[in-house]
Amino acid sequence: MPPRIDATKCDGCKAQDEPLCVQICPGDLFVLADNGVAYCRELRDCWDCMSCTKICPVAAIETRVPYQLGYHLAKLVPMMGTNTITWTCIDINGKVERFRYKNRIEPD
Amino acid sequence: MAEKKPTDINEVTTEIIDADLLIIGGGNAGCFVAIEARKQAPGLKIVIMEKAHINRSGACSSGMDAINTYIPPDKTPEDLVRWCRAQVGGGPIREDLALSNSEELNEAVDDLERWGLPILRDEDGNVKYRGDWDISIHGEQLKPIMAEKAIETGADVYNRVVGTTLLMDGETCVGAMGFGIRNGKFYVFRAKATVVSTGGACGLYKSYTSDSTNSHHQTWMCPYNVGTGYAMGLRQGAEFTSMEQRWVATRSKDFCGPIDTISVGYKAPIINGKGERVMDNYEHLGGDKAPRYIRANAPMEEWLAGRGPTYCDTTHLSPDEVKALKTDYLNERPSFVLFLASLGQDITKDPIEIYGSDPYINGGHTQSGFWVDIDRMTTVRGMFAAGETAGGHPNKFVGGCAVEGKISARAAIKYMTNLSLSELDQDQVDREKERVFAPLLRGGDFDGVRAIEMEERMQRLMDEYAGGTSQFYRTNEERLDYALKHLNILRDQVKFLKAEDLHDLMLVHEVIDRIEVAEVVVHHLKFRKETRWQGWQTRTDYPDIDPELDCFVETRRNLESGEIETFTRPYEQLVSGDRYSS
Repeated sequence: MPPRIDATKCDGCKAQDEPLCVQICPGDLFVLADNGVAYCRELRDCWDCMSCTKICPVAAIETRVPYQLGYHLAKLVPMMGTNTITWTCIDINGKVERFRYKNRIEPD
Repeated sequence: MAEKKPTDINEVTTEIIDADLLIIGGGNAGCFVAIEARKQAPGLKIVIMEKAHINRSGACSSGMDAINTYIPPDKTPEDLVRWCRAQVGGGPIREDLALSNSEELNEAVDDLERWGLPILRDEDGNVKYRGDWDISIHGEQLKPIMAEKAIETGADVYNRVVGTTLLMDGETCVGAMGFGIRNGKFYVFRAKATVVSTGGACGLYKSYTSDSTNSHHQTWMCPYNVGTGYAMGLRQGAEFTSMEQRWVATRSKDFCGPIDTISVGYKAPIINGKGERVMDNYEHLGGDKAPRYIRANAPMEEWLAGRGPTYCDTTHLSPDEVKALKTDYLNERPSFVLFLASLGQDITKDPIEIYGSDPYINGGHTQSGFWVDIDRMTTVRGMFAAGETAGGHPNKFVGGCAVEGKISARAAIKYMTNLSLSELDQDQVDREKERVFAPLLRGGDFDGVRAIEMEERMQRLMDEYAGGTSQFYRTNEERLDYALKHLNILRDQVKFLKAEDLHDLMLVHEVIDRIEVAEVVVHHLKFRKETRWQGWQTRTDYPDIDPELDCFVETRRNLESGEIETFTRPYEQLVSGDRYSS
């Protein structure tokens, strides 16, 4: 399930040595283009772990279902909070679901 | 940081790094190796080679929704070994390894909770069991939590460094070599002891969704775990065990996501196209609690018999249960919730469709991997294995892999007492450097082969001839011979592989590693002339169990002849009781 990058939102994580998606992708699939925007070098190699989508500081990355597997257009958007994560899911019929839960507890 | 592409081998910088303990692969097991090593030996120099970024690498990168084994107060480590043994049809399993991993299991899981992992508990504070042994977690942050603790040890983590081979001093492993995907450097890591924790091998077989879609990697297992650790050991003659026991599981159709979440966690029965409960046909083998390979194979038998599609029946779930179920998925494979949304599916009206996965080699779920001693040292001196690379103990899962990391760390520290670093063998370094970078230096006019072309050739070969999904996991002697013949051609053809850049060079070495591991798998499948674990290992020419083969099938490469040698080792029952029940 390949990532899709909104070029109008992506600023290439200017303050970082490498954009966060480039740093984190377990498949080494992100590249920073000369125009300062990140792109996925090989859509078919994505495992849809969503690490890029979770870490992007400007929510410029969306994980998409390839049409060969699922219909147009569903969305799943994570928002990382302090020790919580909130997900918004919209299915192809426009039905919205929200999920919010603790993904960390304070360490001992 | 831009990738630098060299045009000549002399432009490649070699960096030599010395360590006491080298860990190849900073995943679940590898992080625990570092953490335990630091606890045992505060002054130790620890180095981690990591192909990706340690915060989100390996099998746990997308998260986890359960710890599949945690011993409840009324059960013992021996009970867990009994369950583990029954789940693989009575074994043979390595009960010595299983028992030692079980004895420290709860402590390792408690570590994770102390570090910040949410484990779900009831009102009285007791952990919530979703089955007999597995507990529910909110593990979206599982890998970052492990990684933070590993980094806190002060270990030097080399992210984006691809391991390619072991560094040897005669027959002893004294470190490893590899290359940097970002900086194009060649790395030589010298170490007194080395733990290989690179995970299992995905992508030896074709995934049924991989044709012409943007889903070549629509696999249950992390597709970036390609079996590199196995390949590194293989080249030094390390012994393998049980590589024919492939991990095949019932997964969600077209997505290939985890299904125990639903079938175990929400008691959703497997049904066929007629709405009949499939596991009722397997009552004599335990029904819904039948061994894992029976449950994995059952839906595929329905398809083959013309009774597909097959489903996990979720139509009885309440709205709260649906919400909890989706929350579980968001912790482990969040994109499955997206996939359901892309079908516009209400799972209380339409049940979740299921199908068999592509086969994986994975010492964390099944028991394929290196033959190790009780210290987790492989048959190559100085090289230890932990987690999915270590064979013999199936159903290890997250907790068992963590314990194995700890055990191997303690053993490695004991092993290195009074050892000093070996002299560097410059010829060995030069030869490997040349081998590693050759595909990048063949020149623009070289008429060669891309990694993906060779990978797809190999995956289709394994799928059709060595018992992949398209063949309902079945194979026979003639098909395996065909597979071997062509794997040999592929092994010879790797000299035509060509890389455009450093990322591509990683893909080239991944396919080389996969081809070598695939050959080992085929030798194992050939030797087991019986059908012991239908689905995991099905021989149409030998459909029954042969009591003579109630033993481990082993292989190693003979370093003089280059041939793979196959032999057996006996099974030893250490934990009392009937092997087939728990």
